[in-house]
Amino acid sequence: MNYNFDFAGLMPYWKMFLQGTVLTLELTLASTVFGLTIGILCAIGRRSSLRPVSAACGVYVEAVRNTPFLVQIFIFYFGLSSVGMQMPAAVAAVITMVINVGAYSSEIIRAGMDAIPPGQIEAAECLGLSRPRIYWHVIMLPALEKVYPAITSQFILMMLMSSVTSQISTEELTAVANNVQSITFLSLESYIVVAILYLILAVILRFLFLLGEVWLFRRKRVIALARRRLAAGNVPSIPTNTNAVRT
Amino acid sequence: MSAIVEVRDIHKRFGENEVLKGVSFEIRKGEVVAIIGQSGSGKSTALRCINHLETINNGSIKVCGHEIGSPRIDLRQLRQDVGIVFQSYNLFPHLTVRQNIMLALRHVKKMARTACEERAERVLRMVGLWEKADNYPEQLSGGQQQRVAIARSLAMEPQVMLFDEVTSALDPQLTGEVLRVIEDLASRGMTMILVTHEMAFARRVADKVIYMYQGLVWETGGPEILDNPQTQELRDFVGTGL
Amino acid sequence: MDSFTFVQFEYMLKGVGWTLILSAISFVLGSVGGFGVMLARVSQIAAVRFVTSFFIQVIQGIPLLVLLFIVYFGVGIFGLSVPPLVAASIALMIYVSAFLGEIWRGSVQSVEKTQWEASECLGFTRWQSLRLVIIPQAIKLSLPSTVGFLVQVIKSTSLASVVGFVELTRAGQIINNSLFQPFLVFALVGVLYFFLCYPLSMWSRAMERRLNVGNR
Repeated sequence: MNYNFDFAGLMPYWKMFLQGTVLTLELTLASTVFGLTIGILCAIGRRSSLRPVSAACGVYVEAVRNTPFLVQIFIFYFGLSSVGMQMPAAVAAVITMVINVGAYSSEIIRAGMDAIPPGQIEAAECLGLSRPRIYWHVIMLPALEKVYPAITSQFILMMLMSSVTSQISTEELTAVANNVQSITFLSLESYIVVAILYLILAVILRFLFLLGEVWLFRRKRVIALARRRLAAGNVPSIPTNTNAVRT
Repeated sequence: MSAIVEVRDIHKRFGENEVLKGVSFEIRKGEVVAIIGQSGSGKSTALRCINHLETINNGSIKVCGHEIGSPRIDLRQLRQDVGIVFQSYNLFPHLTVRQNIMLALRHVKKMARTACEERAERVLRMVGLWEKADNYPEQLSGGQQQRVAIARSLAMEPQVMLFDEVTSALDPQLTGEVLRVIEDLASRGMTMILVTHEMAFARRVADKVIYMYQGLVWETGGPEILDNPQTQELRDFVGTGL
Repeated sequence: MDSFTFVQFEYMLKGVGWTLILSAISFVLGSVGGFGVMLARVSQIAAVRFVTSFFIQVIQGIPLLVLLFIVYFGVGIFGLSVPPLVAASIALMIYVSAFLGEIWRGSVQSVEKTQWEASECLGFTRWQSLRLVIIPQAIKLSLPSTVGFLVQVIKSTSLASVVGFVELTRAGQIINNSLFQPFLVFALVGVLYFFLCYPLSMWSRAMERRLNVGNR
């Protein structure tokens, strides 16, 4: 291989790479926040006993999950502008990403909600908790806590998917690589640099999500645990089944 | 008669916890030995050291001529000489009963197909499950699965068979069929070590009883020690009927 | 402006054909690679596990589109001028190997440890245990995820359009460039993808339900 890698040739464009990274992060952030909201609403909708609601949510989720993201972007960007709705590429990108994240998140959240043991709900009802409170404290919060790793993985996946929006000229990181390599002809170097930047972003995001988990859930877990200890007092110890225990 | 299993002063640690604190015993060919004790006394661990499922930190074990601690040990041969039946049977769910038994015969003992089938039939008849040969494990009851597990181990024609609490996971009405098979094996002269909670069975079938307490052999002797315990701990243990 | 006739639809169906071909090539080659990745991940040699893990982390941490570009321009520097199908196949094969390898490793590791013990105690070597006892069970466990991932592969082939391979998405773009009816054209493209993917998604879900019922 007689190829001389020339990464130095990319140095003058560091600002463009930075701007691309920033826009990628902004796209990801927006789609995360709004996508999660839609995901929660859609998960609730799918579990609804009202047939039209659950069917509509079902159609939405299946349509999004069984078509490629690139095609979805084309439908929104080119399709909507052809019927008169013009919008900047970044806006179309965010809308498509939100719709995408919403569909995938809703499946994950729904699975988490379905996995709540019915016994917990029964116990809450017997304690006299109101329906909305049960929904929030017994179903929604524990479900969200349980699926947090899966959901945050989806968000990171979406960040990687944002590279596809370069195809409608959204100036995110991959588009920057496209532009830089068309100027410098250092194609391989541009994409390798961008790949490394995505990897770094993924690592940083994963770390932030980890912190988020500790902050969001650990605190509540600790509080709940402390409250339980306070209320419990003398809980009789359960005799262990010695027969089944290995020596 | 020389010992076929010689355990000398073995120590075993799991992290900080020393589970075996110097266990020694000997087993002669054809003997049936019951190891009893509370949970945590180290009895299963001691058993699992004998066929190298657990490694020992100190001491020595000699089984069927194999030196367990030695780095040159022929594990494959050891595993053929020492069979084990587990508490949770561990049958291969994707194979029929017959295939479960034949698999190791084909691939470990490298026997011809017809020879494998003959032996599979023989051991299945011995445990009374020949008519279930083409069923899958999930179609059998716990007691039946455990009998298949015994047959699977028996098919390898081991010199010693280890039984690790093989009836503990069974419903009470199913333990009888398994114990009958074990008793039958004993009467045929198989050398067996049973970790068990079945006191009555131990009294009836065992030639020797080893009572373990807190990682040590606390008391040992013939089955009569169950009726006449010498130590307070064994007295308590037998008294509570655990 | 032309209107959408059967000629255009036929062109789209040709695109579907190429989508299926690329999907099949990627999935088959990626399965072979994925099997190797899985074995490497459960290897007893720590260096092998580490290198493979690194490979997987990298491939799973970069966008497929960027990987596609790297492969496309990468093979160019070897002086080879490869057709888009080959570049896309190579990129997708690498992508699928990493993901399938991880899926299958998860399945192998979720086979109960006691199965390992049982086969070890019958005298099987580690490779024999894997081949005769563990992998057959792991395959059954991995079917829902593997089929689910096949859906991902089919959708991912749409990116091959970016390097010029005329699969379904590119066919749609080409038709749209002459018709200027993006809504109709790309909605139809979406529907065609849906018909390819939805049955597989349903199958995957059905298998998962069956597995869970069996485990109860």
